Amino acid sequence: MPIVTLLCLIAIWEALVRWFGIQSWLLPAPSEIGRMAIEWRRELAWHSAVTLYETAVGFGLSLLVGIPLAVAVVYSRILQNTIYPILLALQSMPKVAIAPLLTLWIGFGALPKIIVVFLVCFFPIVVATTSGLATVRPVFLELVQSLCATSLQVFIKVRFPSAMPSIFVGMKIAITLAVIGAVIGEFVGAQDGLGYLILISSTQSRTALAFAALVLLTLMSIVLYYAIEILEHFVAPWGARR
Amino acid sequence: MPTIEVKDLSKTFRSRERTTAALIDVNLVIEQNEFITLVGPSGCGKSTLLKIIGGLIRPTQGSLTYDGHAVDRPQRSVGIVFQEPALLPWRSVLDNILLPAEILGLGMDESRKYALELIELTGLTGFEAHDPHELSGGMQQRVAICRSLISKPAVLLMDEPFAALDAMTREDLGLELLRIWDQDKKTVIFVTHSVPEAILLADRVVAMSARPGRIAKIIDINLPRPRTLDVEFVDGFRDYSVQVRSVIDQGQKRGTAKAAVS
Ligand SMILES: Nc1ncnc2c1ncn2[C@@H]1O[C@H](COP(=O)(O)OP(=O)(O)OP(=O)(O)O)[C@@H](O)[C@H]1O
Ligand SMILES: [Mg+2]
Repeated sequence: MPIVTLLCLIAIWEALVRWFGIQSWLLPAPSEIGRMAIEWRRELAWHSAVTLYETAVGFGLSLLVGIPLAVAVVYSRILQNTIYPILLALQSMPKVAIAPLLTLWIGFGALPKIIVVFLVCFFPIVVATTSGLATVRPVFLELVQSLCATSLQVFIKVRFPSAMPSIFVGMKIAITLAVIGAVIGEFVGAQDGLGYLILISSTQSRTALAFAALVLLTLMSIVLYYAIEILEHFVAPWGARR
Repeated sequence: MPTIEVKDLSKTFRSRERTTAALIDVNLVIEQNEFITLVGPSGCGKSTLLKIIGGLIRPTQGSLTYDGHAVDRPQRSVGIVFQEPALLPWRSVLDNILLPAEILGLGMDESRKYALELIELTGLTGFEAHDPHELSGGMQQRVAICRSLISKPAVLLMDEPFAALDAMTREDLGLELLRIWDQDKKTVIFVTHSVPEAILLADRVVAMSARPGRIAKIIDINLPRPRTLDVEFVDGFRDYSVQVRSVIDQGQKRGTAKAAVS
């Protein structure tokens, strides 16, 4: 069904552009975008790969740092009181404003973009993991307590698996933000990436190419989101059932 | 193992908004290998008492001792069936049953063998690899029963383990439990709402009165063992039924009368 709707919209778009003879640099017809995409496929593939790389690495890092941090926060009152306010402050800072500074400090490579992605993903991951770890069903805790489980056993056998569905919620929110984060990074200063391509081609009035890049970005976001959903289905299917 | 002694025990739950007196002045001595059933109206503190005996809740006042030693935390030798099945959704039936063996560090091969025996005993054969959500409520509760037995605990605390079962399965499992208890001697404290079940299983029925929970009466059940369902047709059985019921009813009336006044 959504595919049919989409096809209809595209058809209407195509018809309108042709009917009114709208200039291609203002609003290209879908067919024009498609033609452009094929013509520039190599460049598009390369720039997509760059953006995907920045997104994936930044997102991965946010998991690698965020989940252990959340565990630490849950187990330590002191960390809870010190780190959480800092996190909140960090989250309240607009990442668009941080990006130019990062470029200033680190330069034009992939790293500043990865850092923006990381910053964007970090907060939802930490918050979701923390709340997942903190909201284990009391009777599960009583069960393992009654078996004289060590704290480590409680964590491995109950707390962490309990938190998995919540962690996946955080991951799904984070991944959609991650792509946006990478593009923001690329807008500010880059030599490659889909964000860079959009910026350049729109200043050169190659609007169709900008649109092609935009479509790819959207597709990337959707594919990554569903990749995580599929992963969840295999790793933590019990979350979706509740 | 132990003689369990509960002495002058009271439990008050306190939160910012209110305090609830759950148990008042409970005294109970449970001999080694005794089968105790605990009956009483809903909310009278049966689950609370069971959790206190299991070392999961600290009493507000009074003491709990196993063989004279004060107990303030869960003991390895105690198995618990909670009022809800509490099966971990990320584990299969078999793995849920094996959880205590893993945590207590028991031999896994042996435990797996015993788990399969218990699965067969409780009529769960064929469901070993199923996930908990694929089972009915009664089946889930049976898994929880298997899990409590896997470590062959010396003390077994069971909170309405048969509540979600139909009458037939309930009787079957009750007798099965008696067989396990007889074969593999242990102390059992068993909460139930069913008066016949309480009498069928018990050496002594502990009847509690409505909130705040107290022990209203302890009734010795002198019926021959090993018991079968025929016990229900023995003359004494009816008398015991009447006794237990009258205690619960009285308690309930008193409880509601009080509630109406306050
Ligand atoms: N964690 C808790 N916090 C506050 N009050 C509690 C808590 N647990 C139990 N209570 C209160 O203690 C009383 C006894 O509860 P308990 O669960 O022991 O009753 P019960 O006899 O097991 O009832 P049922 O037969 O319905 O299971 C109730 O009034 C309940 O409201
Ligand atoms: Mg109860």
